[in-house]
Amino acid sequence: MLEIKCPYCGKRSQNEFSYGGDASVKRPDLEKEISDQDWDNFVYFRNNPRGKHSELWQHISGCRQWFKVSRDTVSHEIFKTAKLNEEL
Amino acid sequence: MTQSYRLENIGYINRDRKISFRFNGRKYFGYKGDTLASALLANGVHLVGRSFKYHRPRGFLGAGVDEPNAKVQLYKENNTEPNANATEVELVEGLIAKSQNCWPSVSFDFGAINNLLGKLFPAGFYYKTFMWPKSFWYKIYEPIIRKAAGLGIAPLKPDPDRYEHKYEYCDILVVGSGPSGLSSALSAAKNGARVILAEDKPRFGGSLLTDEVTIGNKKGKEWADEIISQLKSMPNVIVKKRSQVFGYYDHNMMVMCERTKDHIENPNEFTPRQKLWYIRAKEVIVSTGSIERPITFGNNDRPGILLASAAKEYMKVYGVLVGRKPIIFTNNDSAYDTAIEFKKNGINPLVLDTRLDSGSSVVAEAKSLNINIKFSYGIANAKGYLKVKSATIGKLNSDRSSFEKLENITCDCICVSGNWTPTVHLTSQSGNKLKFNDAIDAFTPNESRQSETTVGSANGSFTLKKSLEEGFTKGFELSKKITSKNEKSVSPHSNERSYDQHDKIWCMPLPKNKHYKRFLDFQNDVAVSDIELAVREGYRSIEHVKRYTTLGMATDQGKTSNLNGMQLVSNIENKVIPEVGHTTFRPPYTPITIGAIVGREVGKHYRATRKSPMHEWHEKNKAVFVDAGLWLRPRYYKKGEETLFEASKREAKNVRKNVGVCDVTSLGKIDIKGTDSAEFLNRVYTNAWMKLPIGKARYGVMLREDGIVFDDGTTTRIAENHYHMTTTTAQAANVLSHLEYYLQVVWPELDVNVLSTTEQWAGAALAGPNSRKLLSKLFPNIDVSNENFPFMGYKESELFGVPARIFRISFSGELAYEINVESNYGVSMWKKIIELGKEVNIEPYGTEALSTLRIEMGHVAGSEIDNRTIASDLSLEGMLSKKKDFIGKRSLSREAFTNPNREKIVGVVPVDKKTMIPEGSHLVKDSNASLPNPKLGHISASCWSVEHNNPFSLAILKDGKNKIGEKLYALSPLKNKSIPVEIISSHYVDPKGERARS
Ligand SMILES: [Zn+2]
Repeated sequence: MLEIKCPYCGKRSQNEFSYGGDASVKRPDLEKEISDQDWDNFVYFRNNPRGKHSELWQHISGCRQWFKVSRDTVSHEIFKTAKLNEEL
Repeated sequence: MTQSYRLENIGYINRDRKISFRFNGRKYFGYKGDTLASALLANGVHLVGRSFKYHRPRGFLGAGVDEPNAKVQLYKENNTEPNANATEVELVEGLIAKSQNCWPSVSFDFGAINNLLGKLFPAGFYYKTFMWPKSFWYKIYEPIIRKAAGLGIAPLKPDPDRYEHKYEYCDILVVGSGPSGLSSALSAAKNGARVILAEDKPRFGGSLLTDEVTIGNKKGKEWADEIISQLKSMPNVIVKKRSQVFGYYDHNMMVMCERTKDHIENPNEFTPRQKLWYIRAKEVIVSTGSIERPITFGNNDRPGILLASAAKEYMKVYGVLVGRKPIIFTNNDSAYDTAIEFKKNGINPLVLDTRLDSGSSVVAEAKSLNINIKFSYGIANAKGYLKVKSATIGKLNSDRSSFEKLENITCDCICVSGNWTPTVHLTSQSGNKLKFNDAIDAFTPNESRQSETTVGSANGSFTLKKSLEEGFTKGFELSKKITSKNEKSVSPHSNERSYDQHDKIWCMPLPKNKHYKRFLDFQNDVAVSDIELAVREGYRSIEHVKRYTTLGMATDQGKTSNLNGMQLVSNIENKVIPEVGHTTFRPPYTPITIGAIVGREVGKHYRATRKSPMHEWHEKNKAVFVDAGLWLRPRYYKKGEETLFEASKREAKNVRKNVGVCDVTSLGKIDIKGTDSAEFLNRVYTNAWMKLPIGKARYGVMLREDGIVFDDGTTTRIAENHYHMTTTTAQAANVLSHLEYYLQVVWPELDVNVLSTTEQWAGAALAGPNSRKLLSKLFPNIDVSNENFPFMGYKESELFGVPARIFRISFSGELAYEINVESNYGVSMWKKIIELGKEVNIEPYGTEALSTLRIEMGHVAGSEIDNRTIASDLSLEGMLSKKKDFIGKRSLSREAFTNPNREKIVGVVPVDKKTMIPEGSHLVKDSNASLPNPKLGHISASCWSVEHNNPFSLAILKDGKNKIGEKLYALSPLKNKSIPVEIISSHYVDPKGERARS
C-alpha cells in the first residue's frame, strides 16, 4: 500500500485516495473545433511510461481535493506531490 | 507412554507443567514450551505424514518455518484446521492432531502405490497425461486427482475465532531477534528511535538459543534475555514474539501476523486468535537469519532424516534427542556443533564429512572429544521405510562422481547439513535484486530499493562478531538519520567457535545401477530425476523449471529446496547459478490464515450498511429489504403470505389507482452553489440550463467524455445561485467525484461549490392520482393546483413546523411529488403521510413496484444506463442540445455513434402474453439457428405490467426503431427458455406522459 502525501492533509495511506489518471492530459476547450484524431487522443490514448509519471489523485476519504503526484510506475516511488496550481 | 527421548537438565521447556495431547488417536505427554514436533520426537515419533504425490512416509526435516513435511490437521471443539506446521504448533493441554494426506492410516497408506508407480509420475506428468482425451477430464481424471491430491481437509463450518487488525507506525522495524536483530534494536532504541522488534518464534534470541557463544561475560541466551528486558523497559520500544512479519510492501508497509490465542490454555472469549499488524516503518532492518540447506542422497526423505541444526535445536531448546544412534552428514563445519551437543548428552555420533579435512576450532574440538569422523565420505542411500534404519555410506572418489566402496551402517537418525542459506525473502520482496555470493553459495542482498537494511546472517554474515557489529552499527546509523541524536552503542566483545569454508557439493551420486529417488523439494515431491528430465526436455530458466516441476512452489516456498534445485540445473548445464537465474520471493513468507487477512470485516461488518431514517418503520411494517449499493431499501411490504410477485403487483396497482409512498432517501443529492452554477450545469448536462427559473426542476442527462450515458436525474433551482441535484442511488458517489474533477482540475475558474447532502435529507415520493389530494392535506397552506404547482415545479413549505422541500417530479409516470425534510424528521414526515393518506387509500411501495412502474412507462434506469449505451440508444436524443457544447458531445459524432442501425430501447411482450421473459435473455431471429446464434439485442428489465396485466420487458435492440412489430425470440440458456416475443414501443403506459402533467 502506497503512502501518499496529500498537499492539504499530509501523509495518508493509499486506501484514502482514488487514482485519476495522467495529469498532463488537458481537456480541449469547449465549443472549439477539433479533429477526430485529436479528440480520440484526448479521450482514449494515454502514454504508459516505464518510470516517472505525473498523475492525478483525489483524496476521496479526506479533503476530497484533486492533486498531482509524480510517481515511478516501476518502483512506486513518489517523488513529489503538489496542488493543482503548483508545479510538480 | 513415557517421553523416552527426553533429556534432563537441558532446554527451555517447563518440566513442572506436563501436557497431554493426542496424535493419530494416541495419547502422549509433553511439557509446556514444547511444539507438537518436539513433543512427538520426545516420544520417539518421527513419522508424521505422507508426501503429496507419492504418499511416501515423511518425518520432521526442520524445527521451524522451513519444515516442509510435518503438516497436520488440528481438531478443536467442533472445528478443524488443516496444514498446521507441527514444528510451529505450540503444545497446549488437550491438543488433537492427525496426519494428513493418508488413508487409511499414516503407517499404511493406500496412496503409496503411487510410489511404486513412480515412473508414471515424472515432471510435467499432469500436463502430459491428462490432456487427452479431453472428454476424460471432468468425469475421470479430475475426480481421481482431487481425491488423491491436496493436503488437509478444509473446515466446513464458519471460523469461530476472532481476528483483529492493527495499524502502527514506527521509526525502525527490526524483523528477527537473533544477535543482529537484538543489537540493531538496542542501539536504535538507545538513540531515541521508536522501535518495533518482531520475533516469529515463541522465544527471543534466534541462534543465541542454540549456539555455544558468549557475549560480554554472558552466555548467548543470557545476553539475549537481558537485552529483551532492557528493550521492554524502554517506552519507545514495542517487543513482540509469536509475530511473523510476512510481507514487505510498497513504501515500507510491513505486514505482521501475531499469534495471540492458540498457545493460551484458557483464553478469554474475546481474545483474538491472531492480530494482523500493518506497520508503516521509516526504516526496516531485516535480521531474519538463515536456514540450513540439506544434501540430497538416495531416499533422503525417510523419517528420521533431518537437518543438523534442527537436531541441535530439539536438544538445546526442548531437551529432546532425535535419535540415539545418529549419523551426521555434512559439507561444512556447523554440523559439528550438533555432533558435539550429541556427545555432551552421552550419545556417540558418526560424522561423515565430504571434505578432506578442516582446520577449524569446532572440528578440533570434535576431534578432541573423540567423535568418530570420516572425511571424504558421503551417504549413497538411506534404508528403512517408516523410519530410517541404516545408511549405505562410502568414500567419495576424487572427482566425487561415484563411491569407492559402499558399506551399511545402522543408525536411527541422519542429521544433514549443506551449509546455510540467508533468509532474504523480505529483502527480495522489498525490491532488492539479490546477488549470488560465491563464498557462501547463496543469494545475499544487493542494492536496497526501499528503506531496507539487511544485517547478520540474512546478509551473509555468518559469524557472531560480524552480526553484532552490523546490528549495532546499522541500528545507530539508521536511528541517527531519523532522530538526529548521536548516542552510539558499542558492540560488546564476543566469543565463538571458528568455522572453515564449506564444500561445494549438495547432491550425492547414485551407486551403479541404482535408481534411488533423491528428493529436493519434500513438500511437492520433486526429485533430482524430475529436474534432470525438465532440463532434458529443454527447460532452461529456473522460473520455467520451477513451474514445470513445481519445485519450490509448495507452501514452504522452497525454503530448503530452491538453492539445491538451482545448483543442480547449473551443474547439468555447466553454468554458474547467476546464469540460471533466480526466483523472486513474494509475500507471504509463511502461510497466513484467511481469518487474519479478513480481520473483523466479516458478516455485517464486511461493509457499511446505510439505512434511511424510516428504516425502523419499514421493519415494523414487514418490509423485505434489498441491497442497493450500501443502502438497505424496502423491496416490498409483505402482507400475510404474499410472495414478492404478488406484493409488488399489489403495490404498483395501488399507485396507478390511488396513491403510494416510497422511501427515496437513498437517491444521491448534491447541493450546488456559486455564481457560475448555471454555466456549470450547462456543461455537465446535455440539455440547456441557462434559463431554468427559480422554483423549477429539470430532468438532465450526463455523459462521460466518450459519449456514453453516465447518469440521469433532476436538478432544481432553489435560489438565484443555488441548485439541488439528484443522482441515481448507484452513481451518487461517482457523480460527486465527476463534478469535483471538472471544478478542480478542468475549469477551476468557475465559481461553483458542490457538496453531498444525501444524508441530510429524508425523501418520500408520493405517486398516484390521489397524490395531489394528499399533498393538500399535508400542506394546507400551499395551493397545489396544477396551475399554481405544475409538473416540474418546486415549493418550500413547512410540515408540522419543519422546513420541507416539495418537488413535483415523477419516476412512476403518475401524478407525483417528492417531499424532503431534514433527516431527523424523516420518520415524522413518513408517519404523517401514512396517517393522512389513509382516506385516499395510501400504501407504501418498495423498489420492486417502483421498478415495475418505471419499466412499463419506458423510463430508463441502471439496467439501461449500463455504461454501453448512448443517449439515442435510450431514445434520449431529444435531451441533446444542438446549441451548446457539453461533456462528451464531441464523441457523439464519431462513426460508431452515428450508425443509423444502432441499438434502440424497445418494449417486448411475449406472444402468449403469459411467460415472463428472464432479464438478460438474448433476442434472436431464429431460435434454432446453429451456434453461435447471432444476437440482436438483450432484455434489460422485465416486469408484470399492472396496467395491461401481462408481462412486459424493456430491451436494447439493434436497429430497434425499425423493428417495432417484428416477432423475435428471447433465448435464455441459463433458464433453458426460448420465448416467442413481439417488439413494441418502450412506452407501454401513457405514451404521451399526460398523467404526470395532469
Ligand atoms: Zn487531503
